[in-house]
Amino acid sequence: MLFRFRGGVHPDDNKAQTMHKHIEPLPPPEYLVLPLSMHSGAQCEPLVVMGDLVFYGQKIADSAAPVSAPIHSPVSGRVEAVEPRPHPAGSLVVSIIIKNDGLDTPDPKLSPYGSVESLTPEELLSIIRETGIVGMSGSSYPTHAKIRSALGKVHTILINGCECEPYVTSDFRLMLEAPEEVVGGLKVLMKIFGLGSGIIAVESNMHIAAESIRKTLPRRTDIQVRTVPARYPQGSERQLVAYVTGREVPAGSFPPAVGCVVFNVETAAAIHRAVTTGLPLIRRVVTVSGNAVSNAKNLLIRIGTPMETVFAATGGFREAPGKVIMGGPMTGVAQFDLKTPIVKGSNALLAFSRSEVYTTRDRTTCIRCGKCVRVCPMKLEPIYLYTYERINRCDLLERYRISDCIECGNCSYICPGRLHLVHSIRTGKQKLAETEGRQ
Amino acid sequence: MDPLLLVSSSPHIRSDENTRAIMSDVIVALCFPLVISVYYFGVKALYLTLLSVACCVAFEFLYRKMLRKPGTVGDFSAVITGMLLAYTLPVAVPYWSVAAGAFFAIVIVKQLYGGLGKNFMNPALAGRAFLSLSFGLGIFQWTKPTFLDSDFSFVNMPDAVASPTPLGFLKQGVLPEGMELQDLLFGEIAGCLGETSAIALLLGGLYLVVRKVITPRIPLCFIGTVAVLSFLFPPGGFTGVEYMLYNILSGGLMLGAIFMATDYTTSPVTNLGQVFFAVGCGLLTVLIRRFGGMPEGVCFAILLMNTAVWFLDKIGRPRRFGAKSLWPFGGEAKK
Repeated sequence: MLFRFRGGVHPDDNKAQTMHKHIEPLPPPEYLVLPLSMHSGAQCEPLVVMGDLVFYGQKIADSAAPVSAPIHSPVSGRVEAVEPRPHPAGSLVVSIIIKNDGLDTPDPKLSPYGSVESLTPEELLSIIRETGIVGMSGSSYPTHAKIRSALGKVHTILINGCECEPYVTSDFRLMLEAPEEVVGGLKVLMKIFGLGSGIIAVESNMHIAAESIRKTLPRRTDIQVRTVPARYPQGSERQLVAYVTGREVPAGSFPPAVGCVVFNVETAAAIHRAVTTGLPLIRRVVTVSGNAVSNAKNLLIRIGTPMETVFAATGGFREAPGKVIMGGPMTGVAQFDLKTPIVKGSNALLAFSRSEVYTTRDRTTCIRCGKCVRVCPMKLEPIYLYTYERINRCDLLERYRISDCIECGNCSYICPGRLHLVHSIRTGKQKLAETEGRQ
Repeated sequence: MDPLLLVSSSPHIRSDENTRAIMSDVIVALCFPLVISVYYFGVKALYLTLLSVACCVAFEFLYRKMLRKPGTVGDFSAVITGMLLAYTLPVAVPYWSVAAGAFFAIVIVKQLYGGLGKNFMNPALAGRAFLSLSFGLGIFQWTKPTFLDSDFSFVNMPDAVASPTPLGFLKQGVLPEGMELQDLLFGEIAGCLGETSAIALLLGGLYLVVRKVITPRIPLCFIGTVAVLSFLFPPGGFTGVEYMLYNILSGGLMLGAIFMATDYTTSPVTNLGQVFFAVGCGLLTVLIRRFGGMPEGVCFAILLMNTAVWFLDKIGRPRRFGAKSLWPFGGEAKK
């Protein structure tokens, strides 16, 4: 049974600026900043110290924790410092700063692992761990941990090509320009899970990407390319699984609870590259856009490249930016320092002019129009979550299931009173966690 | 040096919708019945509406000013209250009573509870209820449209003919005399300013639905409930169909169902809650019209249901995504 998830919004997609721009490699910068935490889970421990020489692709940080992912040097050069630096998530995180020697001397230990057929599922899984692959759509959950928690429970593998965030076209370009990598990654995953089939889901307004993938598939294949309605947040795991399989992931659980597992297209491509070339995750496609940017582009960027280098490479700013966002405009994080680096989960870098930026001055009041209730894909009532957060009623926040909120941003987006509903819900989640901590 | 960057919580883009645009749409929709009203009742209908709007805006402005609160006149909600209040009054009403109703609606019902979005009753309806209860039915001298013998001059219309409303006839157990169904559709009947023409009100409602200001859920459930109940249980002497048609097309039902019961602030936000609300409004309307002391019940039906909105929202909660229970009451996490 197929059904549209209820709720959802249709923001102006603003993808035209970068949709037809080829992915261009960005030359690595002089200095790279590699935060020890580019994934959810345990922070890594550095394996290098100041002054060490590192190779291109060499592992420079790792952790023994089950949910973590190692970090590799995206260039060859010298470790300049290991010190706290601004992280895109907003805090200071200990980071390894590498001065690029410009030679890209590869780590002699790097070599292709061989064909997918010749490797066992367990070997493939350890390759995914060793190459530091994480979810590349922004969640940054270590991929090997996700696979391990889903092993044996899954009957459907979904590759998520639904890039529902406005402005962002990095996944779209990747599907268009390197469909074989996406399909290759899916085949690796199918082998790990021992499944004969897989689904690649693409939004209907991006059907040329779906066509591009279909062309690389043989006539008889067990890989399906599905187009799904373009609607925000179609790319959210829960909403996508519900659309494709008709089953809702129970509150508090993850897709394996209904037999599904979802991977982003770029994650799949990274898996393919890791297995076939032996190269770890050291670069990614980033859409650089927004009305303050002179030339909107899709760039292949070494992880650790500071944002200011990226903006400089696109011709600088057309006008002074009022807001710089890492990620899409609906869920991305506003940045305060342009020296902050691109990390594994950065799918877009957007700069908006001051006039384009919505400010708190526009805020009026709640008129109880109920639009937030109607657009919520989780069928929550943001109006009441907002009300109860303001009066600190944590018991009611819990009753109204604040923890189910996926923070997609629809309620704030649609609110005619321009209230900060998502912000309020985030605060509410914190308040709830604090009261639970006290008990 | 880095540019000064604004940092705030996501999302970073907003839709173009804003309160003022929504209110402007409602004002546009409310102009349809106004045109008909001026056509049939004469220019006094326009003067009454303008006076009511002016009073509402002035009271809102003065209240906020005197209490040193931020001004809210710019959201246009007081304009709507003014228009709706005027629409619920008969054309023969004295001017002072419009001002009194506006004061009650804006100051007592709306601002004392915190202004836009905080009041628990529809201000315009509460203003009308205040007038009809406090000054008796004296102000409700119904007049038949006088456009044929009125020269559109601004007079107090001394020659206006007092005439019962269609619902008044129904209450006495007879079909309205000299009022065909097409008169009800186009509005050539006695009644309040804005309620007489079903077509104009439906056009206004259609405009609001097209502009996505309202969903048709509340009007359909409200009118549908009245239709079904009056069709099934007509009093003696009427056939079901004619009783139903006169009930739907006369009185304040269209005005109430399309413009009053859909008021954001005083109606539920959940879909199911809205259904409960609208069905409740319809049920109470029929009960008051049949068994109450007054021929018309829409105003009090909506006001009564207004007081139940928070409860209706509670029992109308949507089934949460991923929750097991199909019945929304069970869809909550309990510890």
